[in-house]
Amino acid sequence: MAMEAFTTHTGRAVPLRRSNVDTDQIIPAHWLKKVTRDGFEDGLFEAWRKDPEFVLNRPEYEGATVLVAGPDFGTGSSREHAVWALQNYGFKTVISSRFADIFRGNSLKNGLLTVVLPQETVDELWALVEADPTAEITVDLQDRQVRAEGVTADFELDENARWRLLNGLDDISITLQNEADIATYESGRPAHKPSTVQA
Amino acid sequence: MGRTLAEKVWDDHVVRRAEGEPDLLFIDLHLLHEVTSPQAFDGLRQAGRPVRRLDLTIATEDHNTPTLDIDKPIADPVSRAQLETLRKNCADFGVRLHPLGDVEQGVVHVVGPQLGLTQPGTTVVCGDSHTSTHGAFGALAFGIGTSQVEHVLATQTLPLARPKTMAITVEGELADDVTAKDLILAIIAKIGTGGGQGYILEYRGSAIEKLSMEARMTICNMSIEAGARAGMIAPDQTTFDYIEGRPHAPQGADFDAAVAYWKTLKSDDDAVFDAEVVIDATSLAPFVTWGTNPGQGAPLSSSVPDPASYEDASERLAAEKALEYMGLEAGQPLRDINVDTVFVGSCTNGRIEDLRAAAAIVGGRKVADGVRMLVVPGSVRVALQAVEEGLDKVFTAAGAEWRHAGCSMCLGMNPDQLAPGERSASTSNRNFEGRQGKGGRTHLVSPQVAAATAVLGHLASPADLSDTPVTAGAR
Repeated sequence: MAMEAFTTHTGRAVPLRRSNVDTDQIIPAHWLKKVTRDGFEDGLFEAWRKDPEFVLNRPEYEGATVLVAGPDFGTGSSREHAVWALQNYGFKTVISSRFADIFRGNSLKNGLLTVVLPQETVDELWALVEADPTAEITVDLQDRQVRAEGVTADFELDENARWRLLNGLDDISITLQNEADIATYESGRPAHKPSTVQA
Repeated sequence: MGRTLAEKVWDDHVVRRAEGEPDLLFIDLHLLHEVTSPQAFDGLRQAGRPVRRLDLTIATEDHNTPTLDIDKPIADPVSRAQLETLRKNCADFGVRLHPLGDVEQGVVHVVGPQLGLTQPGTTVVCGDSHTSTHGAFGALAFGIGTSQVEHVLATQTLPLARPKTMAITVEGELADDVTAKDLILAIIAKIGTGGGQGYILEYRGSAIEKLSMEARMTICNMSIEAGARAGMIAPDQTTFDYIEGRPHAPQGADFDAAVAYWKTLKSDDDAVFDAEVVIDATSLAPFVTWGTNPGQGAPLSSSVPDPASYEDASERLAAEKALEYMGLEAGQPLRDINVDTVFVGSCTNGRIEDLRAAAAIVGGRKVADGVRMLVVPGSVRVALQAVEEGLDKVFTAAGAEWRHAGCSMCLGMNPDQLAPGERSASTSNRNFEGRQGKGGRTHLVSPQVAAATAVLGHLASPADLSDTPVTAGAR
């Protein structure tokens, strides 16, 4: 699948003051029966959204596109539906001090930029957008920097992942450019390796 | 410098390595199921790409499948459509599929090992985070997202940055009443749900070496619950014996060649891990979770912790929210927690040894009044073996429900679910809010604790059963 390119994004932000937000919270399992990549927006944080006080339900955060989350965001299941749900809802980027590995990989493959910042910076961003919900946060992948009023924070992202995101490159096409390497490897595999072919 | 087990397997699968790029790894085995594959097959169709290696790909149905009335059409039209989509995709692309009703059907992570497809030194992927299970064989096995499923279908490779390695060394002897599940729950509580993030774990030490393959699978299965994509155990004679003779095990000279290679798959004495955790096996006891993530666990003999005792503000808040969701009070003894449902099954504890362990405890006893106990074999093969041993009759005589194979109550995708507010003792892997059904409350436990809990109606270990079971002949 072609991926959405990401260069820089500026938008209002939702402060999600919870740690260990697992993928069952992001998108409950019964939503996983769908066979498309869209239409998951109503399932995003479905259980929590039943509470009118939940931060996503508060009118001042309507239309926000940046999610500022607690540590260990995206733990649990490998469901890519969690990324699609965040994107379908309108989020372009998620900021946290720590992401679960599989969720992070999935997000970067879909052009949802996951930004790792120190918890102190996340705390500053939470304080900022709670005091002023109209405050905007800029996530600049070109310069690998997050900027908001009173906050300027550089973030890390490996050069290869950054290049693919900036250009919206499709991983499969890149890999298939190395077809000869794959064929060479395949021809050298030992005979004892398992095969799913039924005898 | 020596290499770790994970590094050896990794290096053996590098198709291409270039400065500034992730390594391109070859994938030996790709397991598919109905939930995370439809969008991947769609991607192939749109790009006009075939499945590159049908001989390294296999599919089964597990997440959506009902465990009752499997000969009737699936009642939920959305679940049915997802299964039908898998069937169509497998037919269109030529992928081997074991659908509901087939003798090889079952939870994908139970099926791979029992067919002998999961082998040491292989790379195994599946669009399911519990793919880490296969690491018990010394395979490098990890869960992937749907975009990666499509990538593997199209190229049989994945571009991946090499993770760090962490040794989890468990020395000493586990007490008789302490199981692999107790051990992994204690490890997760110790290192936290993010503790393994960025690492491949290697479980080693004398306590690990003594474990059966099935117990090793239980441990590796829950590596992801500690934040690690993969967990591995060096293969040894226990591993070779388990594999030999299975349908897809190497035969004859190939088996000998394979074993010779497999014997090289252990961390070198001078290998350096990026981190190491040491666990004293003798310090462990039956362990259960009280909260809403798998790291929120404690010995069964202890009490629900007081959130105020956490120094870290976010952990304190997480504990407060967990107790509120779980309907528990700080200081409440864990043994005083009553349950409505007991679930024995899943890719964590749905294998034959798990069923035997549970049957040995409920045998000749009765499931407590008001408690529903579901026993769900991890695969049709496990179910057949259990029936041959008469375990199904042991369970039904005790008042438990004996079901067909599938993921069942591990996750809320099929009819087996908790009702809002219902509480379970579950041998599965996740106690997240709503994981087993909206508003359901989950305590993760071993099969032994699950069985004792079913009999007593509150969280309990077999040691709490004071009665003598009625033998079959005396009834």
